[in-house]
Amino acid sequence: MKIQKTLNMKDPIIQLSSLTKSYGNTKAVDALDLSIYPGEIFGLLGPNGAGKTTSILMMLGLTEPSSGTAYVCGHDATRNPIAVKRKVGYLPDNVGFYPDMTALENLSFIAELNGLPKAQALRKAQEMLQTVGLEKEAHKKTAAFSRGMKQRLGLAEVLIKTPEIAILDEPTLGIDPKGVDEFLELIKRLSKEQNLTVLLSSHHLHQVQRVCDRVGIFVGGKMLVQGSIDNLAHNLQQKEGVSTVIVLENSGSDSKRFEEPLKKLPGLRTLSLNGESIELKTEQDTTADAVRILVQHGAAIVSVQRNDYALDYIYNTYFENSKL
Amino acid sequence: MMNVLINKEVATHIRSWRFIVLILLIVLTFSASLYVSSSGLREAVGNMKDPDQSFLYLKLLTTTDNAIPPFHVFLNFLAPLLGIALGFDAVNAEYNAGTLTRLIAQPIYRDSLLISKFIAPLIVVGTLFVALVLLMIGGGLLGTGVRIEPQELLRILGFTLISVLYVGFWLSLSILLSIRFRQPATSALTAIGIWLFFTVFFPILVNLVIRPFLPNPNYISEQEYLSYNELILNLLRLSPSQLYTDATTTLLMPSVRSLGPIAMEQMVGAIPAPLSFRESFLMVWPQISGLTAAMMVCFAWSYFIFMRREIRS
Repeated sequence: MKIQKTLNMKDPIIQLSSLTKSYGNTKAVDALDLSIYPGEIFGLLGPNGAGKTTSILMMLGLTEPSSGTAYVCGHDATRNPIAVKRKVGYLPDNVGFYPDMTALENLSFIAELNGLPKAQALRKAQEMLQTVGLEKEAHKKTAAFSRGMKQRLGLAEVLIKTPEIAILDEPTLGIDPKGVDEFLELIKRLSKEQNLTVLLSSHHLHQVQRVCDRVGIFVGGKMLVQGSIDNLAHNLQQKEGVSTVIVLENSGSDSKRFEEPLKKLPGLRTLSLNGESIELKTEQDTTADAVRILVQHGAAIVSVQRNDYALDYIYNTYFENSKL
Repeated sequence: MMNVLINKEVATHIRSWRFIVLILLIVLTFSASLYVSSSGLREAVGNMKDPDQSFLYLKLLTTTDNAIPPFHVFLNFLAPLLGIALGFDAVNAEYNAGTLTRLIAQPIYRDSLLISKFIAPLIVVGTLFVALVLLMIGGGLLGTGVRIEPQELLRILGFTLISVLYVGFWLSLSILLSIRFRQPATSALTAIGIWLFFTVFFPILVNLVIRPFLPNPNYISEQEYLSYNELILNLLRLSPSQLYTDATTTLLMPSVRSLGPIAMEQMVGAIPAPLSFRESFLMVWPQISGLTAAMMVCFAWSYFIFMRREIRS
């Protein structure tokens, strides 16, 4: 039994294999393969209309796939959606609540639908409101709730069924930056505390990269690449090299005289000297070496900028190219 | 899970302004027609020519001075309104508010959701109707001191049941429209359109269509004349409101012995006496089946399209 259990921990908790959904001739999701492991926070990133929501709906058994399978918590989501929904909390992208019911009523209604008896549901709802910081708003009708408050209430609703997986569809949409930070921190903390697997979708790479263990970039129904942000950056670096831009003080002197020494840099791919600015592309990061060489040759450096292929680059490479 | 859903639906209906307005409307018409009938009650009960004169409580429901129609005729207009008002936004409002996705992401079957949308308003309406007629019976008992016949009670309860069934038909029709149309306004308008068609235009239409084919009554035998008459009546019975009128009239007026024309030969020797409850009930059984069938068809259809509907915002 013990061996079985440790094995289970390594098995993916969400496993999609060649999951496809077509509407007529267009493929909203095209042969998606994805494995998500227990306890990780996975970010499904892609522009609007990439098929993120459709994939999520198929994982919950709310939409039938055209082909392929989705196994969630060991259940086939298409054939046995109720078992899946019992273990998965889902926060839809434009979540709404019954406006004439209070936050507490909305929440305990959902708890009751998940099989909790009335008294227990109320207690648990109160507890969850405290977790997401809405305890003061418990008896307010949700009609008066702001977008950020609704998202928090939605998160409370996801958590109230003590799920194994939380699926959050565009959870940061329409919240102000401070709210986004708080919300993501909350998700991260809860995931660590309760060993919750989180799948969140977003078109906002910058916002979610801080909390995701792994991300998958999903464009036009296809998963282009997946891995941790560091890995993605590293891979791109391997492919494209590191680029460094060094700007010299405007001394009137020509920067051409640095060309020869710089050419000795290891792994240099391209070098362009353009008035006061020097642009280098190298296999490895050689910024420090380049600066040292320039200083030795009497250059007056005003700024050094190293492009480390962080988010913007990842974003541009995958999102922009896909539009071509 | 079902009862949680039904509880919530009932609670929302009862708390809504819409339902309060509807209750006021029903209670007002009920008390207006009751007031009129109770003021004419002495005369109606004393009318020896009327075979139904001994049924005080049925008289209370049906007597009228022709200024205000009796309650069951009122209901013929109001019940559709009640059904439509309680069902026209059942599914599309949830869809537009973003609550539907949340709801079906819970471990419940989609059927339960739809059934609760249907059962909950019927519970509310059923309670309302039963409360009203019980109030009427109680008031009658206090006011006149006349004992209620078991038969009368059965007839009145039968009337209530058929009224709930009639509301049920309109409710399932409007739920169907609320699934079919994304905008609550569209589904409400369509439902009201169908209601107007059946209550106002359908009889006119049947007359218009049939009249050109009717031979001059002077040149056909009585037999043929009767069969044409029967044909028109049967066509009219395609309308649910006609079925409701037939059923309620028969149940509330025990002396009604036929819903179609009766030949003189059949009338010869018949004593104008009230029918028993069983006989009246058997007579309206086709009407009850027809209403139930219409309701079921609408519900099955909405079930069909709702189960296959892609739910996403």
